[in-house]
Amino acid sequence: MRDVAVVGFAQSPSVRREDSRNEVEMLMPVVEEVLAESGMGREDIGFTVSGSCDYLAGVPFSFVSALDAVGAWPPIQESHVEMDGAFALYEAWVRLQHGDVDTALVYAFGKSSPGSLRDLMALQLDPYCLAPLWPDAISLAALQARVLLDSGRITEADMAAVAARSRRDARDNPKAQVSGDRPAETLLEEPYLVAPLRLHDCPPVSDGAAAVVLAAGDAARRTSARPAWIRGIDHRIEPQALGVRDLAHSPSTARAAQVAGAGRGPVDVAELHAPFSHQELILREAIGIDGGVAVNPSGGALAANPMMVAGLIRVGEAARRIHDGSAGRALAHATSGPCLQQNLVCVLEA
Amino acid sequence: MAERCAVIGIGQTKHASARKDLSIAGLVREAAIRALDDAQLSWADVDAVVIGKAPDMFEGVMMPELYLADALGAAGKPMLRVHTAGSVGGSTAIVAAHLVQAGIHRRVLTVAFEKQSDSDPMWALTVKVPFQLPVVAGAGGYFAPIVRGYIRRSGAPADIGIKVAVKDRQNALRNPYAHLHIEDVSVDKVASSPMLWDPIRYLETCPSSDGACAMVLGDESAAQRAPSPPAWVVATAMRSEPTMFAGRDQVNPRAGQDCARDLYRQAGISDPRREIDVAEVYVPFSWFEPMWMENLGFAAEGEGWRMTESGATAIDGDLPINPSGGVLSSNPIGASGMLRFAEAALQVRSQAGEHQVDGARVALGHAYGGGSQFFSTWLVAAAKP
Repeated sequence: MRDVAVVGFAQSPSVRREDSRNEVEMLMPVVEEVLAESGMGREDIGFTVSGSCDYLAGVPFSFVSALDAVGAWPPIQESHVEMDGAFALYEAWVRLQHGDVDTALVYAFGKSSPGSLRDLMALQLDPYCLAPLWPDAISLAALQARVLLDSGRITEADMAAVAARSRRDARDNPKAQVSGDRPAETLLEEPYLVAPLRLHDCPPVSDGAAAVVLAAGDAARRTSARPAWIRGIDHRIEPQALGVRDLAHSPSTARAAQVAGAGRGPVDVAELHAPFSHQELILREAIGIDGGVAVNPSGGALAANPMMVAGLIRVGEAARRIHDGSAGRALAHATSGPCLQQNLVCVLEA
Repeated sequence: MAERCAVIGIGQTKHASARKDLSIAGLVREAAIRALDDAQLSWADVDAVVIGKAPDMFEGVMMPELYLADALGAAGKPMLRVHTAGSVGGSTAIVAAHLVQAGIHRRVLTVAFEKQSDSDPMWALTVKVPFQLPVVAGAGGYFAPIVRGYIRRSGAPADIGIKVAVKDRQNALRNPYAHLHIEDVSVDKVASSPMLWDPIRYLETCPSSDGACAMVLGDESAAQRAPSPPAWVVATAMRSEPTMFAGRDQVNPRAGQDCARDLYRQAGISDPRREIDVAEVYVPFSWFEPMWMENLGFAAEGEGWRMTESGATAIDGDLPINPSGGVLSSNPIGASGMLRFAEAALQVRSQAGEHQVDGARVALGHAYGGGSQFFSTWLVAAAKP
């Protein structure tokens, strides 16, 4: 495999409602910033790939207009996945393995504010048997949390501790949407939103965008003093039907982590895409992350959760810790689908 | 790239305006099982699944690959979902080919589908403000002015589009999977069909289809063990450009020209008209055949219509175009590009049955999408590159 590294990362602030800017306007400053950080112009990018979902804006081909954010002229080599940007990053990594292209721009955008995200996510479910019942995203996550609590492996206090830590860490992240310093004990006094989930166990609804630049070999060394080398990246999916899955575990995450080589050494920091507090606990166990690892120092998806972007942000945040020298080995995770159905793990090293 | 890649299994559904006998999962499985059977492989032999389709609004399912994971045997495996508008069937196959060529996987199942009877594609294709000015006329309304631009620029005779339609519809009669089988198609019948978007008549237009296409791609060792001759992937290329800006040439878009040039450069082809034996080209409206002949470098600018008029693009011509009947005869949009890629592979494997082109050794698959702005192409050959 060719050595490929994350050499640049930029993100917009995550906000509840980006009223005044459309997707292109949200993306343009992010793309400019990531290119500047990588010391590249648009003409230096060999491959461009994006992640987004038409259903968020309720418009077919929303990614087509978004192409304006990168100024695709003269014509560029470009692709798009209807997935989180972390999976677009995977496609870019595959593309860079070919050897004829040395650099890739990955971007993702998601504007959930035009609709009711919680209800919209029901359209991801089996269209014949489940979607017509409109089970909303928070209720499905609550089912998963209940299974986990009933297994006796965690308590509601453990979930509150995840939320309290995420909000506390988010105070140092200017891009985060939710932050605070309430201790876990007082969070537990809050009423249930959908039992056993309280509001703080759930992610905010966010609008946002992010971009990453990848470079291979010498191109990475030229553009970055300390590239974040991708030492392993893999993703796995599970059947969707909740009834056939063990919701208290994430075998797809465990398998992806294994293939990505997560266990080949200790990690200093892990950015886990856990939109619900209990999911961080499932992911920690699946990957084998112990107490000494800094998990989600950015605040994670509980502090900012732009759909189709939050997974790519995890890769970017993990890479940033390598870039700034605060980590030597970092792990990033992204998820898609109800109750952690599909999972990607990326291991980065200095 | 580390590895060679070959098509070792091909399957497609019988395309129809409404496959009411199948769910979405049933539709993709019909194609996928045929591809696996063709390769004499089982679900367990597949390392990863790459799936593509056009807008999710066509079925009303958000990111349907999530729900389709187990139907496609992807449980515990990597699964990617590509969406690059109408070119998606082609670009999905290219992503799958890259996974093999990069040495990441040995056997990849790639699938593309559309079940358009689940919604109104005309509506689903109409992009609304603030993303675009409202055309509210579907794809035909969008492309008709571009066709008129081509006729004006090239001075092509008015009946070229009719000739393309008759040819592709006659070819479709040889393809049992084609959606439209119009037994009595003729110049008069096409010419007297209603004018939908001047100059595009009803019978010069693609149908709206339910359908799926699947291929198994393998590395060299998988190809050697395959029961049928492999179609070797010689080259792949993709290009994109923005939808609109002042001075953009939508008749002969630069992205398409660059894409073809890149493909031929990789394959070492200097005279595509002579060196390529057959091409499956994305022609949803008849006039796009002469337009793409020029864009793909098969004819000089303004001369593409002469290939149609002279019969060069007929199944017994010197460069048969769309012997399968093409998009004009079957159009499950998300799958239409992959059908072009798969039909090209069928030709070089000599497995195209009644629509086989004699002596086809090198074939081109082509797809485009958006406002003639996304292009994906591949070149497959009977001989190992």
